[in-house]
Amino acid sequence: MTFFDVMFYVLAAMILLSAAIMVFAKNLIYNAVGLLFAFFGVAGLYVMLGADFLAATQLLIYVGGILVLLLFGVMLSQRITGLEMRTGTLQMLPAVIVCAGVVAILLRMIWMSPWQKTEVGEPAATTRTIGTLFMTDYLIPFEIVSVLLLAALVGAAFIGRRDAR
Amino acid sequence: MENLIVTQAIVIFLLPLAAFVIQIFLGRRLPRQGDWLPTSVMFVGLILAVLILGRVLANYDPAFKITRTFEWMKIGPLVIRFGILIDNLTAAMLFVVTLISALVHLYSIGYMHGDVRYSRYFAYLALFSFSMLGLVLVDNFFAIYIFWELVGVCSYLLIGHWFEKKSASDAAVKAFITTRIGDLGMFAGILIIFATLGTFGFEEVFSSVAAGKLSGGLLTLTGILVFFGAIGKSAQFPLHVWLPDAMEGPTPVSALIHAATMVAAGVYLVGRTYLLYSADALLFIAMIGTITAFIAATIAIAQVDIKKVLAYSTVSQLGYMIAALGVGGYTAGLFHLMTHAYFKALLFLGSGSVIHAMHHAYHQLNDHHSDPQDMRNMGGLRSKLPVTFVTMLAATCAISGVPLFSGFFTKDAILGAALEKAATSHDLAHWLIAIVLFVSAGITAFYMFRLIYMTFFGQPARREILHHATESPSVMTVPLIVLGVFSVIGGYGSWFKDLVVKPELANYAAVALAPEALHETGHEAAHTAHTMAMWLSILIAGTGILLSTAFYYWKKFSADAVAQRYKPIYNFLWKKWYFDDLYAATVLAGTHLFSRISGWFDLKVIDGLVDGAARVTVFGSWLSGEHDNRIIDGLVNLTARIVGWFGGTLREVQTGRVQSYILMALGAVVLLYILQLAFA
Amino acid sequence: MTPVGLTHFLVLSAILFALGLLAVITKRNAVTVLMGVELIINAANINFIAFARYLDKDLDGQMFGVFVIVAAAASAAVALAIVLNIYQRMRSVNLDEADSLAG
Repeated sequence: MTFFDVMFYVLAAMILLSAAIMVFAKNLIYNAVGLLFAFFGVAGLYVMLGADFLAATQLLIYVGGILVLLLFGVMLSQRITGLEMRTGTLQMLPAVIVCAGVVAILLRMIWMSPWQKTEVGEPAATTRTIGTLFMTDYLIPFEIVSVLLLAALVGAAFIGRRDAR
Repeated sequence: MENLIVTQAIVIFLLPLAAFVIQIFLGRRLPRQGDWLPTSVMFVGLILAVLILGRVLANYDPAFKITRTFEWMKIGPLVIRFGILIDNLTAAMLFVVTLISALVHLYSIGYMHGDVRYSRYFAYLALFSFSMLGLVLVDNFFAIYIFWELVGVCSYLLIGHWFEKKSASDAAVKAFITTRIGDLGMFAGILIIFATLGTFGFEEVFSSVAAGKLSGGLLTLTGILVFFGAIGKSAQFPLHVWLPDAMEGPTPVSALIHAATMVAAGVYLVGRTYLLYSADALLFIAMIGTITAFIAATIAIAQVDIKKVLAYSTVSQLGYMIAALGVGGYTAGLFHLMTHAYFKALLFLGSGSVIHAMHHAYHQLNDHHSDPQDMRNMGGLRSKLPVTFVTMLAATCAISGVPLFSGFFTKDAILGAALEKAATSHDLAHWLIAIVLFVSAGITAFYMFRLIYMTFFGQPARREILHHATESPSVMTVPLIVLGVFSVIGGYGSWFKDLVVKPELANYAAVALAPEALHETGHEAAHTAHTMAMWLSILIAGTGILLSTAFYYWKKFSADAVAQRYKPIYNFLWKKWYFDDLYAATVLAGTHLFSRISGWFDLKVIDGLVDGAARVTVFGSWLSGEHDNRIIDGLVNLTARIVGWFGGTLREVQTGRVQSYILMALGAVVLLYILQLAFA
Repeated sequence: MTPVGLTHFLVLSAILFALGLLAVITKRNAVTVLMGVELIINAANINFIAFARYLDKDLDGQMFGVFVIVAAAASAAVALAIVLNIYQRMRSVNLDEADSLAG
C-alpha cells in the first residue's frame, strides 16, 4: 500500500463521512459544516489527480463562495432563535431504496466497462497550460461563461430583491 | 464566382435573423416601431437573390451545384455536418421566398397599421423568413428538420397573433399539433436513414441509396415516413384540417406562410429528397396528393368565407404539386410550386384588400355584427376596388388554367405528366389519378370564378357598403400589381424546365445504368399525352368557368335551388366532409374518454377502496361489538390498513412536489434497468 | 488489495452522487436540497478529473471541470435568490409546502 493509496482512503473516508453528515443530520448548521468538509476532501482528491489549479479553484469558489452563500441562505431564511434550524425529511425509505438501486446500476456499469487505460506519468503543474488553453482553444466557451456569470449575477440580484413582484 | 454566390446566399439567410433580433428587442423603440427594418432587409435579400438567379441563368447548366459543409458536432464516432447546398432549384426558391416575403412585408405596413403588437408582428415575419431561407439552403436532413420545426413555430406564433380571440389561439394550437403528427413520422424516417446509413447529408444518402445500401421495403418505408412531414406541413389529406383554421391569422401571414412558402416546404422537401422514394412510395405520394386535390376542391365550392375558399384552394393546389411529384412530373410539380406562390399570394393579399375595404365600410356604417369576410355580404366591388379586381382576376385566370396565364403552363405540365404516367404504366391507379386530377381542375375553375363573381359582381347585401368601400393605400396595391405581373408572365420561358431536371439515381451510382433506352420508348407517348392534356385542360377549365358564369353571373340557375335539391351533398361539402367532426369524435373523444376513465378509476376504485375499507371497519366493529372476537377484529383492521396504505400510496403520486416526481423518475430508471437485465 | 486506480475514483464518485441524490429527494428545506445538488455536481466533477488523469493525455477534462465549477456557482447564486424570494412570499422554505403544482 503506497502513500497514494493511503491518502485516497483517508480522503474518501472523510468525503463520505461528511457527505453522510450533510445528508442525514437534522440541524442545518451541521449540514453546512458537513458539506464544507466534503468540499475539502474533493479538493484533496483533485490534488492527488494532478489537478492543482482545480483544487485551488475548488477551495476558492466552493469553500469560499458557494458555501458562504449557502450559509447566508440558511441565516436569512430561518429564524435563528428557537427550534427552526431543524430540517425534516420526507419519503426516506423509498428514497434510500431507489438511491441504493442507482448506486448498484452505476457500480455495475463501472465494472462492466472496458476502460482503456493509458500509462500515467508524473503529474505536472497545470496552471500555465490551463491559462493558455483559456486564451486559445477554449476562448469562446470562456467568453460565454463570463457572460453567463454576469447574467446570473444580474438575475440573482433582480430575483432576490425584496420588492420583486 | 462560387464563393461570391455562397457569400450572397449566406447574407440573404442571415440578414432576416439580424433583423429579427434587433426587432424583437428594440422594435418598439425604433421610429415607426421598426417596420422599415425587416422590410428593407427583405428587399436587400431580394436583390441578392435576383443576382444569384441571374448568375444561374447566365450559366445555364443543369448540373450546377455548389456545396459547402463544415463539421458541426463530433461525439465519438458520430459526426454531424452542417452545410449549404445551392443548385438551380435552390436559386429559384430563394428568389420566390425573398420576393413574396418582401412584398408581404411591404403590404403588412398598410394592412397591420395601428395593430397592438405591430413591432412584434414584423419581428416574427423576419424570423419566419430566416427559417424558410434556411430550409431551402441546407444540405442535410438534420438541419432541414431544425428549420422545419422553426417555420412551424413561426406559423404558430403568427396564426395566434391575435391570441385574445379564442378561435385564433385555438387555431394556432391546432396547426402546431396537427403538423407535429406529421413531423413525428419525418423524424422517424430521418432516424432510420441515420441508423442504416450513418449520415444525414443529402448527397451521401443518395449515393448510398444508389449503391443499394438502403433498399426494398425499408427504403419505401423511409420514403413514406419522410413524406409524412410533407403531409403535415403541406396540409395533405388526412392532416389538412389545420390549414383552413389557420386563416384566423392576419391575412398577409396567410399569404406568406399558408399559401406561398411554408406549406410549399412539404413539396420542396419531396423534391429535394426525390431519390429517396421508391416506386411504391411515389404511388403513395401521388394518391395522397390526388385525394387531397379532389377533396379540398369540392369543399371549396360550398364555402362562403373568402379566406376559407382560398385556403381550400391552397390545399387543393398543394395536392396537385404532390401528385405531380408522385407521378414523376418532377419539374412540373416544382414549377407549379413557383407560379402558385405568385398567384396564391396575390389572391390572399387581394382578399385582404377586400376585407380591409369591407371592414372599413362596416365600421363607417356602425355595423359590428356583419362578417366582413363573408362573400354573401359582398358584391359589386369591381368599380370601387379596381386595382384589386384586375389583379385578382389575373390570378384567378392563372389558377384556373386560362391559356397564356402562368398557371396554364404549369398545371398543364402536371396534367400532362399524370396522363403520360397513366399511358406508359397502364395501371388502373394511375389512370384514376389522372382522371381525378382533370376533374379537380374543372372544379378549381368553377369555385375560383364563383369567388370573383360573388365578390366583384352583382349587388352587396347592404347597398350602402358601396358608398364607403375604398381602394387600399398604395403600399398595399403595389405588391398586388407586382404579383399580378408575375402571375401573368411567370410561366413563360423554358429555363425552369431546362435547369431543374429530375435527379437520377444513375448520377450517384458508381456504374452508369444506361437510362437512354428507357427514355426512347416513352418519348412518343409522352408527346401525345402532353398535347392531349393541353386541349383537355383548356376544355375542362372552360367548362368550369362557363358553369360558374351561368350560376353566378347570368343567374341562369340558382345556386341555392341546386343546394336545396342536393341537400345531403351540399351539407357534406359545407361540413368539409365531416373531417373535423370525425377527428372530434375519434381522437379528441378518445383522449377525453381516457381522462374520464382515469378520473372514474380515481373516484370509484381508489376512493371506493378507501370508503369500502371504512365500511368494512364499521362492519368489523359491529361484529366485534357483537361477538367480541379479537381475531376477526384484527383481520379487518389489517385489511383496512392494507387498503388504506394502497390508497394513500397511490394518492401520493400526484403531490405536486418536485421531489416525489424525481423519486418516481429515478425509481422508473432503476426498474427499467432491472427489466433490461432480466430480458436482455 | 489492488492499487488505487480509475475504478476507485469512479466508485467514490458514484456513492457521492447517490448521497447528493438522497439529499435532493428527501430534504424538506430548500437550502439543504441545494447542498445536495452541489454534492451531485462535485461527484460529476470527480469523474471528469479522474478521466482526464487516467484516460486522456491532454487537459480537456480539467477544462470541463473548471467550467462545471463556474456553472455551479452561477446556479447556486440564482437558486438561492429564488429561495429567498419564495421565503419572502410564503414565509417558509419547505419544499413540501410549495406545491402549487399539485393537480
